[in-house]
Amino acid sequence: MKKNLGIFLILVSIMLITFLIGWLKEGETSFLEGGNLTVLLKRTSLFGVLSIGVAFVIITGGIDLSIGSVVGLTGVLLPFFITPPDNGGMDMPVPLALFLIFIISLSIGLTHGLLITKLKLQPFVVTLCGLFVYRGISRVVTKDANQGFGIGFKGIKSMAKGKFQVGPESWEFFLPAPFLILIVIGIIAAIYLNLTVYGRYLLALGRNEIAARFSGIKTDNMTISAYVFSSLLAGFGGILWACDVGSIQPSGFGNFYELYAIAGAVLGGCSLRGGEGTILGVIFGSAILVCLQNAINILGISSQLEFAVIGLAILIGVIVDEVIKRVAAKRRAIQNALQAKLESG
Amino acid sequence: MIASGSNSNSPPLLEARGILKTFPGVRALQNVDATFYPGEVHAVVGENGAGKSTLMKVIGGIHLPDDGEVLVDGQPEVIDSVGRATELGIAFIHQELNLADNLSIGANVFLGREPKKAGPLGMIDNKQIHEETEVYLKQLDFKMPSTTLVRDLSIGQQQIVEIAKALSQNARLIIMDEPTSSLTQHETDRLFEVIAQLKSQNVCIAYISHRLTELTQMADTATVLKDGENSGELTRDQMTHENLVSLMVGREVSEFYKKTERERGEVLLEVEDLVVPGQENHPLNFEIHAGEIVGMAGLVGAGRTELSRVLFGIDQAVSGTIKVAGKSVSIRSPQDAIANGIALVPEDRKQQGLILELSVKDNTILAGLDRYQKSKFTQHSKLREVSDAMVDKLLIKTPTIDQEVQLLSGGNQQKVVLGKWISLGPRILLLDEPTRGIDVMAKEEIYRLMEQMAKEGVGILMISSEMEEVLGMSDRILVMHEGEIAGNLEGDAISEEGIMRLATGAK
Repeated sequence: MKKNLGIFLILVSIMLITFLIGWLKEGETSFLEGGNLTVLLKRTSLFGVLSIGVAFVIITGGIDLSIGSVVGLTGVLLPFFITPPDNGGMDMPVPLALFLIFIISLSIGLTHGLLITKLKLQPFVVTLCGLFVYRGISRVVTKDANQGFGIGFKGIKSMAKGKFQVGPESWEFFLPAPFLILIVIGIIAAIYLNLTVYGRYLLALGRNEIAARFSGIKTDNMTISAYVFSSLLAGFGGILWACDVGSIQPSGFGNFYELYAIAGAVLGGCSLRGGEGTILGVIFGSAILVCLQNAINILGISSQLEFAVIGLAILIGVIVDEVIKRVAAKRRAIQNALQAKLESG
Repeated sequence: MIASGSNSNSPPLLEARGILKTFPGVRALQNVDATFYPGEVHAVVGENGAGKSTLMKVIGGIHLPDDGEVLVDGQPEVIDSVGRATELGIAFIHQELNLADNLSIGANVFLGREPKKAGPLGMIDNKQIHEETEVYLKQLDFKMPSTTLVRDLSIGQQQIVEIAKALSQNARLIIMDEPTSSLTQHETDRLFEVIAQLKSQNVCIAYISHRLTELTQMADTATVLKDGENSGELTRDQMTHENLVSLMVGREVSEFYKKTERERGEVLLEVEDLVVPGQENHPLNFEIHAGEIVGMAGLVGAGRTELSRVLFGIDQAVSGTIKVAGKSVSIRSPQDAIANGIALVPEDRKQQGLILELSVKDNTILAGLDRYQKSKFTQHSKLREVSDAMVDKLLIKTPTIDQEVQLLSGGNQQKVVLGKWISLGPRILLLDEPTRGIDVMAKEEIYRLMEQMAKEGVGILMISSEMEEVLGMSDRILVMHEGEIAGNLEGDAISEEGIMRLATGAK
């Protein structure tokens, strides 16, 4: 938690500042109202699932640019698989469709991992090609036609749409189902990363692959596993997003999501140099992105400025983080020098 | 002095017999034998490319030999992986330390062999890791707690962590590849104490080093390799500098440093009250004359490299004046330094001196590209001419000037760095550890070149941590200690003891 305190404070400050500006300017209090908080939580959860996936890859020192296209692919495939033929679909049973999507996501991650470890291709190139290929497949399979679920499929839709009221009714605050999913995934990921040997191997190989290999760790397998997690969570994220949005356009659904996921992970403390990152931090990072988007809406800032504001905010966050790290490192160096002096008399 | 711990009565720990190892186009090892006994420091010596690293990698499970056998405790073993070597009690401490610096000391010591808690999840037992690590650290008299992150340790401390790791694997043979190359004197002394202690616990240390003085101090036996073959074995009482060198090069090196009579010319470089960043309390004053080789001695971390960086404009001086040939100059970038005739051969040739993937030609002309252009177009024939001239002048051994620099030996790489600067015709040449990690032949050639340059009137400042080099080459010696110039030795005042006294700050 100590590591994530900074990012948590940034998150809280952004929320407070947004609220204060809105309130002082036009007496607007909607930002912290139950309804809006519910939306914030849901969107944080949807992005958070993707960010946790890419965090594993970033921790190995790699990158996954294909996430948005995998979201797009599984997002169009789900309705395409399960809706009846008169709707353009294949009328598959839902469990079979989910199983197929699981296999497809797994194969995508496995392919990335194998190409990167066995053929020693660069992660950037492999996943960039993936970005193009999966987008193309989405469009071909659906003949570029919009996909939707119609009125049925309440069960699966409730994964994204379900919500549980918390607190008095007047608050209008709900815990969205995706948030519960994020909590479960987050806890599993955090345990895996911090308490099992596999997590430690990922951290070690991300920083010094040779050291890990010379310690008898099967680094290739560990790296492959990271890409598999990333694609699996992207595939699962695609299902959630599709259920939430309802109408899915093959050419645009999920565009840029890999960049949001990466931004969330980096904001949350993952270093692109590898070997660093925490799950809680990544979730906070995603929350910051979502809050910024929301703030722009609520404060009536022109939506044309959205990208610019988000970009600058991330940049400032990263600069502040770097400055803090340098000050801390300097302090440590001085301390060590003093220590050494004491020891050598 | 460390007493010889090798015990001729005990059976050998590890025997390498008739090892043959070839790489595409190179015969790295040919019929090499080496026998390691428990409780000895066994030096493995040779010039660069003599095959000592390859031999260690065969023993350490990184390379499989093409022929020959390795016996551990008298049993033939196939050491086909680092894991197998570890099982046999062989640990390899590489020159570039293999630690994950984002993890704690304990996590590194047990990396790949983490004890797990009972239960289906197989979670890491961090408590046990740190408790056991503390035991090994204590044994090595290391004071930091096991939970310290490795990135917060100095290089010397990280080396102790590697040794703790080896101990935790019950290593009986610890291979150390150039362990002192980036240690301070204090850390080196500390390492030698640890090595003595390991010896007393009957551990064998296979020790690779270029620093012959270290070997004469503490090695019990030496296996000397030359061109991938055994060139000789030395026992403790035969372990002299001369014996080591003559086995390494296969000939007597009598006149290694040939100092010639030179005229000391006018003052070329004059430094007045120069304050280097990080050493705010120590203004520096010295001068270098034309035709003079000034050695700069001192311990690692004394501030010599920092000074060279300021003189070459990589870092900015806090205050003070630099005068070149009597005129005060402003050096705010390497371009300024070059324009004033100053050249720097940096300490780390692979990172700072060369672009390894580029050719000999492209590296030699890199610093002077702007001189070889005609109405803004590069004159390629001129470049080849300059590069060819440097290859001839410096005796750079390369098939063509289009060869990638990374394929050359260390000595030839260093000559390329020198060529890059000499081709510009500098007046002041700053050399930072000019012969670090290069073989004896190349060293000798570089020394001859320095002599020749000085004779032509260049002023040379040579930073070096190799005492013999400083003693053998310098007309005058500046000694630095903790950021200040502790002494200026000349003529009869020059002695090894004098330098060491000044360098260590003794009064």
